[in-house]
Amino acid sequence: MTDISANFLGIKSPNPFWLASAPPTDKKINVLRAFEAGWGGVVWKTLGSQVKNVSSRYSAVNYNGTKVMGFNNIELISDRPLELNLREIKECIKLFPDRAMIVSLMADNTREKWHELIAQVEDTGAHGLELNFGCPHGMTERGMGAVVGQDPEIARLVVEWVMEKATVPVITKLTPNVHSVVPTGRAAVEAGSHALSLINTIQSVTGIDLDTFVPNPNVAGKSVFGGYCGPAVKPIALKMLATISQDPVTSKVPVSGIGGVSTWKDAVEFMLLGATTVQVCTAAMKHGFRIVEDLCEGLNNWMDEKGFKTINDFIGKSVPHLTQWEELDINYHIVANIDQTKCIHCGLCYIACEDGSHQSINQQYGKPYNTYTIREEDCVGCNLCKLICPVDNCITMVEQRKGPEYVNWKEFQLRGMPLNDH
Amino acid sequence: MAIKNNRLTAEQYQQNFSDIHPPFDSRESALVEANRCLFCYDAPCTKSCPTEINIPKFIKQISTDNVKGSAHTIFAANIMGAGCSRVCPVEKLCEGSCVYNLLEEPPIPIARLQRYATEQAMEKNWQLFTRKPATGKKVAIVGAGPAGLSCAHILSREGVDVTIYEKENKGGGLMTYGIAAYKVTPQFCEQEVNYITALGGIQIKYGQELGKHISLAALKAQYDAVFLGFGVGLARQLNIPGEELEGVVDAIRFIYNIRAGAYDRVPVGDKVAVIGMGMTAIDAATQAKRLGAQEVTLVYRRTQAEMPCTEAELDLAKLDGCRIIWLAAPAMIKGEQGKVTQLVCNLMQLGEADASGRRSSVETGEKFILEVDMVIKAAGQIPFEELVTSNQLQHAQGKITVQKNGATNIPGVFAGGDCVNGGKEVVDAVQAGKLAANAMLDYLSS
Ligand SMILES: Cc1cc2nc3c(=O)[nH]c(=O)nc-3n(C[C@H](O)[C@H](O)[C@H](O)COP(=O)(O)OP(=O)(O)OC[C@H]3O[C@@H](n4cnc5c(N)ncnc54)[C@H](O)[C@@H]3O)c2cc1C
Ligand SMILES: Cc1cc2nc3c(=O)[nH]c(=O)nc-3n(C[C@H](O)[C@H](O)[C@H](O)COP(=O)(O)O)c2cc1C
Ligand code: SF4
Ligand code: SF4
Ligand code: SF4
Repeated sequence: MTDISANFLGIKSPNPFWLASAPPTDKKINVLRAFEAGWGGVVWKTLGSQVKNVSSRYSAVNYNGTKVMGFNNIELISDRPLELNLREIKECIKLFPDRAMIVSLMADNTREKWHELIAQVEDTGAHGLELNFGCPHGMTERGMGAVVGQDPEIARLVVEWVMEKATVPVITKLTPNVHSVVPTGRAAVEAGSHALSLINTIQSVTGIDLDTFVPNPNVAGKSVFGGYCGPAVKPIALKMLATISQDPVTSKVPVSGIGGVSTWKDAVEFMLLGATTVQVCTAAMKHGFRIVEDLCEGLNNWMDEKGFKTINDFIGKSVPHLTQWEELDINYHIVANIDQTKCIHCGLCYIACEDGSHQSINQQYGKPYNTYTIREEDCVGCNLCKLICPVDNCITMVEQRKGPEYVNWKEFQLRGMPLNDH
Repeated sequence: MAIKNNRLTAEQYQQNFSDIHPPFDSRESALVEANRCLFCYDAPCTKSCPTEINIPKFIKQISTDNVKGSAHTIFAANIMGAGCSRVCPVEKLCEGSCVYNLLEEPPIPIARLQRYATEQAMEKNWQLFTRKPATGKKVAIVGAGPAGLSCAHILSREGVDVTIYEKENKGGGLMTYGIAAYKVTPQFCEQEVNYITALGGIQIKYGQELGKHISLAALKAQYDAVFLGFGVGLARQLNIPGEELEGVVDAIRFIYNIRAGAYDRVPVGDKVAVIGMGMTAIDAATQAKRLGAQEVTLVYRRTQAEMPCTEAELDLAKLDGCRIIWLAAPAMIKGEQGKVTQLVCNLMQLGEADASGRRSSVETGEKFILEVDMVIKAAGQIPFEELVTSNQLQHAQGKITVQKNGATNIPGVFAGGDCVNGGKEVVDAVQAGKLAANAMLDYLSS
């Protein structure tokens, strides 16, 4: 039997799927329905100093008819009274004792305020704390959120204050609005943070109304940079997660992966790059809590197929496959091959290679259907045509090594091997 | 049994003759399909459109909310793009070649998208072309059908003054008078003609028939060049006994009456036989049924493999409840008191392939009888052979002979459309008018 449960620093959850700190986790009725739907845990919407939200708050990027490929928001932390949140957290833990309850925090920047908030939150029985060092808007003007996460020394200081007081596991949530997440991640771990989570949202402008000239989202004719999330940010989140998993300091602590997870496949990718649990926000905001069903079933079936008994069997499995460019094997060479029985003659591979790559595809006129063939001697094996072809497995890349042995770039230069001539 | 009109209620007529390919209800539904389009390169659909509309481009433009640009892309290649989007037999043209067919998936509804863009252009009266300054050249066009209008629009765009001589009192040609009412309405045809001529520089003189009110010689003398786009005439005679009986009608005339008048004024029989299996035959059969005929039978001398109409059209007739008898050739029409009562047919079988590769049909010697009170002849149309010969135009069985660019044997006289090809589709006529216009521009500037 496959076991998909997670154990994150002793915080147990029946599955590794947590709802990220955001509107889906901001009140009791939501959280109870999420638990009923099957979510393994929640990170309660960030608590801290009193704020007030504006309207509107969200905007999105649509792509070729698909809505909300990317999502952005200018919301702040919870704008509900702290006491109400604390009471509801307690009630949720009581009703669902088997689920993970993490509470996200962002106190005013003094030791006292942090200690006070931590004491209040721990009173609820919460299993862990997540420090929000990532909110890219609104809070930064007050010296909170991303401002803390962008400066490793401030982050170190705040984590130290937290560790003085906290008795439950502490997760530091990193902002992606930095050139590298590693320095802040290290500072947090060195200051005692038990774990890391990433990413928070990325500063963005999703678009502009071409009639009013106001960027989105529009608040009475003005806008501000919003935090970007959803499927569009997944590749960036994965890369940042990978750097945390590669670093000797940050890789020592467990990580909760966040950013654009919508399907069980996305989740598995985060886990393969080192995440023990994954957090979801946008997908749940878009489709509702019901998506957790397929997250669990898909993960379960995939693990079954691969023979993984627990999630620990594959967490981090892809990290060693990432290397430095200089280490790549230059003798490895592939060329495209078109399966003529599958080809539907759309010409997309041809024009892509012709205008965007290496002019390696022949076009033979036919009415109405042209025939397309690869000129192998010109093909550089870039994958472009294969990526663009609308038919699955119609274009495959066939290995045609340039030489039998592994040769990296340094070696290549030493031997004075030939450069491209076209 | 009797032939009579006013068989149905107003609502029934309304329903029977409503739009057979309804447009998209909303921008969203159009976008779902527009976004499915793969934006093929050197697209098979474009190659299969006789006017070579840049289909991937106009569909992409719909999906980027550039509907005006989309309409321009369509009209630049085919000024009757709006009409074509309703009447083209797309299953054998663009949509028939869409690459999705090769994935066993429904093709992109190209015509419906084309209608989406062009309908907005017409409704909002976007004038997407401007005339170049007048060149002082004058051209006469005979026939305000698709060929003539297409030719006129391109010439006028280039600053040529165009006068169209049209024998009827409406423009549009068979678009207005021939094509089934559930594809285009007379009002639409009129709007389309107005939209096209709104460019300016195109004057249509109605009630002017070549050979009657005007002569080719006079046109040649008055104008710098002439384009002939007068189409083809009535249905081919069957040349069988009984053809003169009351109740034997010509499909074109029958449809003309439906198009030109009110549905309740068009008489139709109880039991109708339609002879032929082309588009005209299908249109006549389905419209007879929709006018209230109880039984409609299509009679064709060959088999389904040889039929000139498309599968989709055949399905249309079947769905309307028309019966089809393959391998049956009319031999004689019998009547009582001068009125049709029976159609006698020879049972046929397929013989050798003829020069065109189509198998001929030969009599088996057996006969059968259909009890009918109306026979509609739709076995092809005949060209205006006399008009053509009397004007010393080179021709083949009345079809004007032209070079690739539309030039006839008479210098300065060009021709295109049905009067050249013997009767194809609207889109072919538009393309012929376009090619001829370009050749005429060369001719005028040389
Ligand atoms: C019943 C029927 C159904 C059809 N259905 C379809 C369909 O669904 N889709 C499709 O694409 N095509 C269809 N067609 C074919 C299509 O209508 C023709 O191919 C197209 O209209 C040809 O255009 P044209 O300009 O060459 O000729 P026409 O459309 O025939 O136009 C010729 C014009 O010249 C005028 N004219 C004729 N003689 C003279 C003269 N001596 N002097 C002055 N003017 C003259 C006529 O009144 C007419 O206006 C159908 C045809 C028929 C008969
Ligand atoms: C409307 C909204 C509000 C959010 N509020 C918070 C918050 O209060 N605290 C926090 O740590 N992250 C907050 N986030 C960030 C999410 O927790 C998450 O890190 C981010 O959205 C990326 O995940 P996703 O791609 O699954 O949405 C918010 C995101 C959204 C969309
Ligand atoms: S792999 Fe790249 S270079 Fe080779 S044929 Fe495809 S697009 Fe061209
Ligand atoms: S992209 Fe694929 S389907 Fe299209 S022409 Fe190329 S090989 Fe064929
Ligand atoms: S063939 Fe089909 S998918 Fe390709 S461009 Fe044409 S309509 Fe679009």
